[in-house]
Amino acid sequence: MTTVDSGRTESAVTPITPIAPVEQINLIIDGFEVTVPKGTLVIRAAEQLGIQIPRFCDHPLLAPVGACRQCLVDIEINGRAFPKPQASCTIPVENGMIVKTQLTSEVAQKAQEGVMELLLVNHPLDCPVCDKGGECPLQNQAMSTGQSESRFEGTKRKFEKPVNISSQVLLDRERCILCARCTRFSEEIAGDAFISLNERGALQQVGIYEKDPFESYFSGNTVQICPVGALTGSAYRFRSRPFDLVSTPSVCEHCASGCSLRTDVRRNKTLRRLAGDDSNVNEEWNCDKGRWAFQYTMAKDRIANPLIRENGQLREASWPEALAAAAAGLKDKRTGVLVGGRSTVEDAYGYAKFARVALNTNDIDFRSRPHSQEETDFLAAHVVGSKVNYQDIDTADHVVLVGFEPEEESPIIFLRIRKQVQKRALEVTAVTPYLSRGFKKLNAKAVLTTPGQEATALNGLSLTSKSIIISGERLAELAGGLSAVVKLANKSGAKIAWVPRRAGERGAIEVGAIGNLLPGGRPVSDATARVDLAAAWGVDSLPAEIGKNADQILAAANAGQLEALVIGGVDPFDMQQPPVNALEKTFIVSLEMRPSAITEFADVIFPIAAVTEKSGSFMSWAGTSRSFEKAAPDAEHRSDAYVLSILSDAMGTPINLTGSKAAAKEIAAVGSWDGARATFTATQAKNLHEGVILATWRHLLDNGSLQANEPNLAGTARKNLARVSAKFANELGVKNGDLVTVSTDRGSLALPIEVSEILDGVIWLPRNGVGAESLRILGALNGDGVRVRKGI
Amino acid sequence: MSKLTPVLSAHWDDKDSFTIAGYSRHGGYSSFKKALAMEPDAVIQIVKDSGLRGRGGAGFPTGTKWGFIPQGDNREHYFVVNADESEPGTCKDTPLLMANPHVLIEGIIIGSYAVRANHAFIYIRGEVSHVVRRLLQAIEDAYKAGFLGKNILGTGFNLELTLHIGAGAYICGEETALLDSLEGFRGQPRLRPPFPAIAGLYARPTVVNNVESVASVPAIIEKGAEWFSSMGSEKSKGFTLYSLSGHVKNPGQFEAPLGITLRELIDLAGGIRNGNKLKFWTPGGSSTPILTSEHLDIPLDYESVDAAGSMLGTKALQIFDETTCILRAVLRWTEFYKHESCGKCTPCREGTWWLVQMLGNLENGVGTEEDLAKLLDICENIGGRSFCALADGAIAPIISSLKYFRDDYLAHFKNGGCPIDPVASTLFVSAKVGA
Ligand SMILES: Cc1cc2nc3c(=O)[nH]c(=O)nc-3n(C[C@H](O)[C@H](O)[C@H](O)COP(=O)(O)O)c2cc1C
Ligand code: SF4
Ligand code: SF4
Ligand code: SF4
Ligand code: FES
Repeated sequence: MTTVDSGRTESAVTPITPIAPVEQINLIIDGFEVTVPKGTLVIRAAEQLGIQIPRFCDHPLLAPVGACRQCLVDIEINGRAFPKPQASCTIPVENGMIVKTQLTSEVAQKAQEGVMELLLVNHPLDCPVCDKGGECPLQNQAMSTGQSESRFEGTKRKFEKPVNISSQVLLDRERCILCARCTRFSEEIAGDAFISLNERGALQQVGIYEKDPFESYFSGNTVQICPVGALTGSAYRFRSRPFDLVSTPSVCEHCASGCSLRTDVRRNKTLRRLAGDDSNVNEEWNCDKGRWAFQYTMAKDRIANPLIRENGQLREASWPEALAAAAAGLKDKRTGVLVGGRSTVEDAYGYAKFARVALNTNDIDFRSRPHSQEETDFLAAHVVGSKVNYQDIDTADHVVLVGFEPEEESPIIFLRIRKQVQKRALEVTAVTPYLSRGFKKLNAKAVLTTPGQEATALNGLSLTSKSIIISGERLAELAGGLSAVVKLANKSGAKIAWVPRRAGERGAIEVGAIGNLLPGGRPVSDATARVDLAAAWGVDSLPAEIGKNADQILAAANAGQLEALVIGGVDPFDMQQPPVNALEKTFIVSLEMRPSAITEFADVIFPIAAVTEKSGSFMSWAGTSRSFEKAAPDAEHRSDAYVLSILSDAMGTPINLTGSKAAAKEIAAVGSWDGARATFTATQAKNLHEGVILATWRHLLDNGSLQANEPNLAGTARKNLARVSAKFANELGVKNGDLVTVSTDRGSLALPIEVSEILDGVIWLPRNGVGAESLRILGALNGDGVRVRKGI
Repeated sequence: MSKLTPVLSAHWDDKDSFTIAGYSRHGGYSSFKKALAMEPDAVIQIVKDSGLRGRGGAGFPTGTKWGFIPQGDNREHYFVVNADESEPGTCKDTPLLMANPHVLIEGIIIGSYAVRANHAFIYIRGEVSHVVRRLLQAIEDAYKAGFLGKNILGTGFNLELTLHIGAGAYICGEETALLDSLEGFRGQPRLRPPFPAIAGLYARPTVVNNVESVASVPAIIEKGAEWFSSMGSEKSKGFTLYSLSGHVKNPGQFEAPLGITLRELIDLAGGIRNGNKLKFWTPGGSSTPILTSEHLDIPLDYESVDAAGSMLGTKALQIFDETTCILRAVLRWTEFYKHESCGKCTPCREGTWWLVQMLGNLENGVGTEEDLAKLLDICENIGGRSFCALADGAIAPIISSLKYFRDDYLAHFKNGGCPIDPVASTLFVSAKVGA
């Protein structure tokens, strides 16, 4: 079992990775020589020697403040000694510097012990009831640097404890040591200065403006980096002691950012998740969804045993019985496979292989969301195998965002871009109908564009080979958008990045869970590629006909051309047209964790494992996979790949995947295709719809099924508002907060408006807000026409 | 009265000393015209040559500070005047601004011109609303007279002057906290480097000077560096305002060359009240270690006061006679520092909280010799360990009082409380005696 360091507060050593060759500096610390790049802080140079200087306010990813004074050391430069001990977290190294830490300087040692004693003057020392107890930098360093008895005999300051600074973060001001890590994180990293230090002296305290709670998508990071138990998460508070938890490095299953996480489990129950440390991806941060949305894995309604439909009713069945029923139902039926975008790479591979080997079809698609032929072609020509990544953002000269709002749709990309914007004023252009707060925090130049006219906007940009065009999955809804991206990239040499919203989509492409690609990026249309894979799989041949996409699969099912469906983790209401008829007409084998909208149509249901209950990997938007181990050791649920494998056995066409590990091995063995990629043919933009044009995307926190059962998290979701321009609001005769009704032939939705920076004639709606599921209710996509009127 | 050298205070008793007319009558607003006709660097050179040192406490050479401002960098520069004057005992800038706000304005024009700043700010403590009003009027009058604004007197030099009113925090007198406060943030000291001369107000090169420092400049330009440096002592040139307060007969501001002694100043102030004896005094406000009657004859310049184990600071001489309980005085000062600690760093924030409680016990006679050792040890853990100089000031009275008046502390323990009648030290007692 490996564990990652949570707060990076005590023992972690920060690797020093200079970007460009930098001057090296020689200095002596406690008698040892050390060479570090120029600009390194003394505290960090000491880490290179394994010398741990105690610290609280210092954090390697935040600007130094020198506030806590815990890290005092004696410093002398070329024979000239500083008259008093210096804060080693604020002083960059210099040649000829001689540093004496607590290990070799009595002055430094006394200074540190003195500060520690002072730090505890107003600390309540309620460790026995504090969540941080056992993993607390204050506790640990009070042991290493403090005295066993305090000389303080007076009265401590008193505060009401704790206070909610948002529905999910609680603040205990008595425990706070005022290191300002939380406030600095929020301002410097997240750009959400919703918390600040207020008052002065010992009454200084972290606070919020009462009308503006701490509703940042990144608030959980402050809980993690708080060096004491002053900030705690509502969900975890009083639930556990750290020494009772078993930690497993894990990967976030929510979005395609690819965060490294750590999952803490006690007796098979996940109690919390923390951001892991990967300087190439999430650094030490993550978003609140990845941190707190995991209750669904322990939902009471988890399906425990296989179910089969008998006389119209579902009943529990044994595995052999269910497998036999599924195998019989699929036998000789023309079958399509729908894989939601949330599978691990290994499970997606299982579906891909199952389709080809057990069902002899390429009719498989991972896109249970609006998609298009243009996108299918784009993925095969420009996404599969591509390696544009976070480091490319670090060195880009210009980032163009199209069909993509990073803070809502892939928050770590947002943080990465923002870091470069802060650091070197990276140029960011947003091709968007609505300039959201997230775009503003990126200082993005807005090219306000009516949905559907992205091509025109993109044609007007000039980029270089150091630029990146990042398009989101939503661009598939806007005909010609992806074609314009390709055109711009061809013209300028700019890199193309594509960011799906879900964690499983990029991996699904790579392992062939789509109709035009086989595993390893092999084009279905390429006979050599098929032969190559057939040999690897030990089968005679593979189906040659390009597979249908998800819409076509459902249409074919509806038309009777497909008679069965194998479905894993799909919400039919994520599609523009909920495929009710198709589902009613077909024999359905469904792999699911909890009852879903598919359940009522399914003929055989197999329960499957949640991410905590299996090993596997997710591939981020950047094409890098991160694997994870089973975090809940005694869980009995099995992975999709395993279930598909035993089903294939029952069907007599084995795919031989005994689990995620075997699948991973096979994926590596099968390798990736180094032949030619599919070519891309451009699609033209369509004419604009009549009426008011809809713009829509998902908020990070919404009615997503993986966010179930976490009310504290839901409490910080953005408000569901319809956004219109001032001019349009005027025409409608509404002002902020007034209701408007948006309708289509399918349905109507009433929401309060907020006047925003958005094009006239466009209305923005949240796609899946709680009670504002505009896609499900209206069935309308980006660029579609909707009707808008005042009132309900 | 021969020892006095009234320059800044020369005409404070004129009825209209605070008006342009009153100031001009004695030559006011002529030296900035002279300065504007010179090269800015020449102005800086004169100030350097004069030996003028900052009057805000630290005594940093003013001309040198101006010389730190990068030139030709095509960026805004700012000239900021520190009028926060909040140190207990310090009371020179406020009367100066009441009596003659225009000398400061003239100094600002010269200083801003020298450092190529086109926008100057005065940061004034918010409690002194009468001074604020007077200063606002003076600024308005200076604008009307064409001394401020665009193309001043046809010289092509532009200068806007903004008065900013603080919200009542001692720490906002610390120059970097002042800049934060001026920018609209809560005033807390900034990490240095970068120093204000490189990245100060709005991250632009900025000079921060005390009121008295800036107000001393017009006379230097007018009468020359040599005239100024002919006064004072070897390394502490010129004249300055000494503020005597407390148990002297005639408290107030005494303008004299640097190096005058307290004995001379007390004489000028009519002696200790009621013929009492001097017990202890601060040379430069409560942040400077106290001295006693042993030190009556040390020259009050930067070097000599340093050598005596204290600091000249703001030359705020608080005089305490033998009716004063040292512990009581020290506790009141410590309460001030506890109240004013900005809270940024641990030693000052937590230390002042603790010290007040300890001293409170000691004043009530609850304590032992060991407690005094502990008190000193805690002070050692605060001083030189904190983020800014406020904390060093906070422990100065405690450490110095223990050095000179340890027996007074012990007497409290023996007596089970303060052995001295607290009323005896008050002002209304002197009033009753008719001193
Ligand atoms: C806690 C603290 C309070 C201060 N208050 C003042 C003040 O009220 N006025 C002032 O001029 N300088 C004050 N200073 C000193 C300033 O930081 C700065 O040194 C001074 O304004 C520089 O001006 P000068 O060079 O003209 O003396 C204070 C310093 C500290 C540490
Ligand atoms: S709440 Fe925690 S992180 Fe924030 S200032 Fe207090 S101790 Fe530091
Ligand atoms: S940013 Fe994405 S991958 Fe990272 S924690 Fe959030 S949802 Fe998970
Ligand atoms: S010493 Fe520290 S707490 Fe005290 S005023 Fe300075 S910065 Fe603030
Ligand atoms: S860790 Fe250096 S001052 Fe806080």
